[in-house]
Formats: sequence, structure tokens, C-alpha cells
Amino acid sequence: MTPAHTDDHGHAEDDGHAHGSLRSYLIGFGLSVVLTAIPFWLVMSGVLDSKQVTALAIMALAVVQIFVHMVFFLHMNVRSENGWTMMALIFTLVLVVITLTGSLWVMYHLNTNMMPGHDMNQIP
Amino acid sequence: MSSPASAVHENGTVPTFYVVDEHDHAEGGSTMFGFWIYLMSDCLIFAVLFATYGVLGGNYAAGPSPKDLFDLPLVAVNTSMLLFSSITYGFAMLTMDKGRIGATQAWLGLTGLFGLAFLGIELYEFAHMIHEGATPQRSAFLSSFFTLVGTHGLHVTVGLTWLVTLMVQVKRYGLIQANKRRLMCLSMFWHFLDVIWIGVFTFVYLMGMLR
Repeated sequence: MTPAHTDDHGHAEDDGHAHGSLRSYLIGFGLSVVLTAIPFWLVMSGVLDSKQVTALAIMALAVVQIFVHMVFFLHMNVRSENGWTMMALIFTLVLVVITLTGSLWVMYHLNTNMMPGHDMNQIP
Repeated sequence: MSSPASAVHENGTVPTFYVVDEHDHAEGGSTMFGFWIYLMSDCLIFAVLFATYGVLGGNYAAGPSPKDLFDLPLVAVNTSMLLFSSITYGFAMLTMDKGRIGATQAWLGLTGLFGLAFLGIELYEFAHMIHEGATPQRSAFLSSFFTLVGTHGLHVTVGLTWLVTLMVQVKRYGLIQANKRRLMCLSMFWHFLDVIWIGVFTFVYLMGMLR
């Protein structure tokens, strides 16, 4: 062992990158299978009458499954690299949300308000 | 020990406001974090492609719609291939920790086969769509569809190339520290691709069938 491995500055190679155990991989896999099967079943069988409810349900399930993958497969935690991994992820998620909602919002309004034949004088 | 030089020296020398001597960095100590930052930038690429698909996904130009084209059972099989490859890669990492080269190689090989199956099914789907006249040039919906799903497929292709390269490296040099580090980076890349695929099958395929 070199001294670099024994000090606690977060530079040692295995530091903060726990691989998880067999148990955590299997739990993650089991949850993922369930969280994948349910949305496919919802859409393919059409058990829910409302399309909007189905859409909301599968989106919620996707968010949960992404969270499961992050925790059980990518081993995200608030400790690795003194929290900078999590900070980078949060920053990225903020940018992703701005990109997605911003694009959809602006383009939706552009589509509804700027259709050909729309009388621009009526806009206050 | 290193310490920042303090403000004004009495003998009039120019003060320095940074750490003069770097402390030790273990080789590859920052690789994992650097790779994570790369994955985050890759995440932004996919966010932009998802946004593009979200905006253009309904513009069929009187051409085929998702309901005419998508085959959900096939997508379900494809999704399971990627999910299986994720768990087999996890097993490869666990056997790597125990230093068992043979088992690690076997799990990596199995991961590669699942990845190949995923790519094969995706290419079959693309070929089928193009054969029916649903080419990327047909409508804005299809342009954005092929760009988003194709970019993901391209990532899987690169991941497979990387996987084969690392299997050769491990065979030649064994599970040395450098190879372990590379395998851990590929692990993050592979699981990240699975996360992106969750978004693809939810927003493109399942939501497409609901439109």
C-alpha cells in the first residue's frame, strides 16, 4: 500500500465508489422488471379508460425506475467525491428540466398562436 | 504541508494566493468523477434530442403515425435485453471485485451478447420501418424519432466496441488496477444507457401509442 491509498483525501482509487452487493443488484433488477412490466401492460391492455391517466401513470413509473437505476446500478449517494457527484447530477437535472419544459412550452404556444390565418390584430 | 501564502510579506516579496505545491494524486484518482461529468454532458445531448422529439413528434406530414409503425411486443423484448445486460454487467463487477478473471470475462461476454441482441432487434425494427417507406425524410416525427433512437443505438454500439476492447485488455493484462478502473467507467456508461432507454421506451414508444 502506498501512502496515497491510506490517507483520507478522497483521491484513493476505490474511495466513494462502492459497487453494491449481489443483494442490491438483485433488488434493483427485480424493481426494474416490475417497473418496466407495469407501463407496458397498462398501454398494451388499455385497462385504464383515460389516456391522460395512463400517460401520467407511465411517466411516474419511468421517474421511479430512473431513480431505482441511479441508486442500485449507478450507486449514487451523497458521499462520493465529497458530494460533487450529486451536485453535478442536480445541476444537470435542472438544465434538463429547463430544456424540456422550456422547449415544449414555447413551441406549444408558437403552434397555437402563430397558425396561418390567425388574426394577429386580436392579440391585445 | 502545503498552505496558501499569507497576504503581505514583511520583506516585500510578491504574495501568492494559491496552493504552491500540489499534494499527491493517486493515478486515476479523478477518472471516475471526470467520467461522471462526461455522462452528465451526454445527458444534456439526450435532453435536447428528447425536447426535439417532444416538439416534432406529432408532425406526421400526412405520413405514418406511431400507431402504424411501433410494435410494442418487440419493444418489450428489446427493453428486456437491455435490462438483462445491465444485471449481467453488475455480476461482472461483483466477480471483478473478487478477482476472478474467468467469471468476469464470462459475464462481460454475456453482457455483450445481450447488447448485440438489443442492437439487432433495433436494426431489424429500423429496416422494417424504412422498408415500409417510413424513412427519416418522410416527416418531422420520423426525423426526430430516428435521431433520438439512433443516437442511443450509436451509444450502445460504442459501448459494445469498448466492451470487446476491455475483454481483450483483461485477457492480456489481467485485472490490474487500470483495467478495473476502465471496467468501472464502462459500467457507469452501460447503466447510464439503460437509464436513457427508460426515457425512450416511455416517451417515444408507450406515449406514442397513446397519442
